[in-house]
Amino acid sequence: MTIKVWLDNAVQDAERRGLAALRPLLESLAQATSALRTADWNADATGESHQRKGLDGR
Amino acid sequence: MAAERRTIAQLAQALRSRDVTAAAVTDQCLAVIRDRNPSLNAFIAVFADRARDDARRADDEIAAGRYRGPLHGVPISLKDLIDVEGTPTSAASRVRDGHIAGADAPVVTCLREAGAVLIGKTNLHEFALGTTNEDSAFGPARHPLDPARSPGGSSGGSAASVLAEMAYASIGTDTGGSIRIPSAACGLVGLKPTIGEISTAGIVPLSTTLDHVGPLCRSVEDAAIVYGVLRSAASDQHVAPGADGIRLRVLRGYFTALLDQQVASAFDHATARLREAGVTLDDATIAHSGDIAPIYVHIVLAEAAAYHAKSLESRGHDYTPNVRQRLEMGRYILAEDYVRALRGREVLIGEVDTALSGCDGLLLPAMPIPAHKIGVSSVRLGGADEPIRNITLRLTQLFNVTGHPAVTVPCGSTPEGLPIGAQLVGRRGATASLLSLARTLEPYLGPGTSL
Repeated sequence: MTIKVWLDNAVQDAERRGLAALRPLLESLAQATSALRTADWNADATGESHQRKGLDGR
Repeated sequence: MAAERRTIAQLAQALRSRDVTAAAVTDQCLAVIRDRNPSLNAFIAVFADRARDDARRADDEIAAGRYRGPLHGVPISLKDLIDVEGTPTSAASRVRDGHIAGADAPVVTCLREAGAVLIGKTNLHEFALGTTNEDSAFGPARHPLDPARSPGGSSGGSAASVLAEMAYASIGTDTGGSIRIPSAACGLVGLKPTIGEISTAGIVPLSTTLDHVGPLCRSVEDAAIVYGVLRSAASDQHVAPGADGIRLRVLRGYFTALLDQQVASAFDHATARLREAGVTLDDATIAHSGDIAPIYVHIVLAEAAAYHAKSLESRGHDYTPNVRQRLEMGRYILAEDYVRALRGREVLIGEVDTALSGCDGLLLPAMPIPAHKIGVSSVRLGGADEPIRNITLRLTQLFNVTGHPAVTVPCGSTPEGLPIGAQLVGRRGATASLLSLARTLEPYLGPGTSL
């Protein structure tokens, strides 16, 4: 799941549950998750070194 | 020395020699609580009758020659996350209404066996999920030096109780900095031991991977005494090194990039004093310091959300709004990202170990800002508005992630008298050595705070 899809799903679910105020927190968490996923210490199944990608990538 | 400025070490001598009684000391603390707690809100529950009973028993035992050690007869407060049999553990939350602890937490058992007087349960940020103590079902705790300011958190009530002389030490918890942040804000010594050294059983968890329990005290010597009791071990007898010959690495880069000018100045003056004393100071960085906050947040919120999931569904309205929102946010963290964070944790452990190689400890400020005004949500630093939560956690959370022991020691104050803290970090499993190091450096780092 890309971060963009994750964020869209999370925001929709939060709104459905009456927690629309979560949106800015989820957006902030999405940025942290992006940083986590693009960190150079992540393992990669291809065995190649991990490359930094943008917010919409994995 | 006036009774109210005594450390545990000094009080212990007076109690053992029967120059003072535990009953008188306890009554003095209870009087301060009566007078100042309405304005400081440091305590959620006060054990007045039980404390007086504990004190009388301590006096009787000491008079009969059955001295238990340096905590015998000493009033100690406990963060209201810690179970005391037969009393509520509120976690500063309405979610816990009606709770009664069935047994003492192991840390409480240690304190009882040491003869300590348990004086009451202190206020905290709800479920320890915050650094200001502002979000509490019982209202905010307030800084004894300026009640318009936060004492820090989440162990804010604990810090306020020790600074205001309502107790001689407090037992707090630290998941991202919750002992060290309020200790720095209040001019106290706050110890986060090595991960797993002191049992967290019987303590309401925030994040089992990151939770630590430890003391907030008036001196490093006191912290070592309490640490020894909590470990059911004699106060460590490590030979304290002389300052001349000590080598420290000062963490720079990320750790000094965002500092209030007064904190930066106090820290610089403290390092200068250390150099004058013969300490060798080199600079160091942590290569992946930019990943600390993302790693921390994915671990703490995922684990907290798992613990709170059922209550969020059934009693969400009983949480304070800010804490509820952060817990709900944690429920959206994916398992794969939590696992990534655990991998990142291993990387950071290695990098801190490397930074410690060939030196006696790491040195950095404990908190980038002095105690802030209650109600303020952000602070201007480095040309940007930084959320209070993020900035207060910035210098402490790494050592929760890695589990290295860390202690904050006062290193000065602002012109307005607000305390500023330095932080020393040691090797995992070598908390006693860290305390010996801190005890040597304490006089050079700066004076503590007195009322």
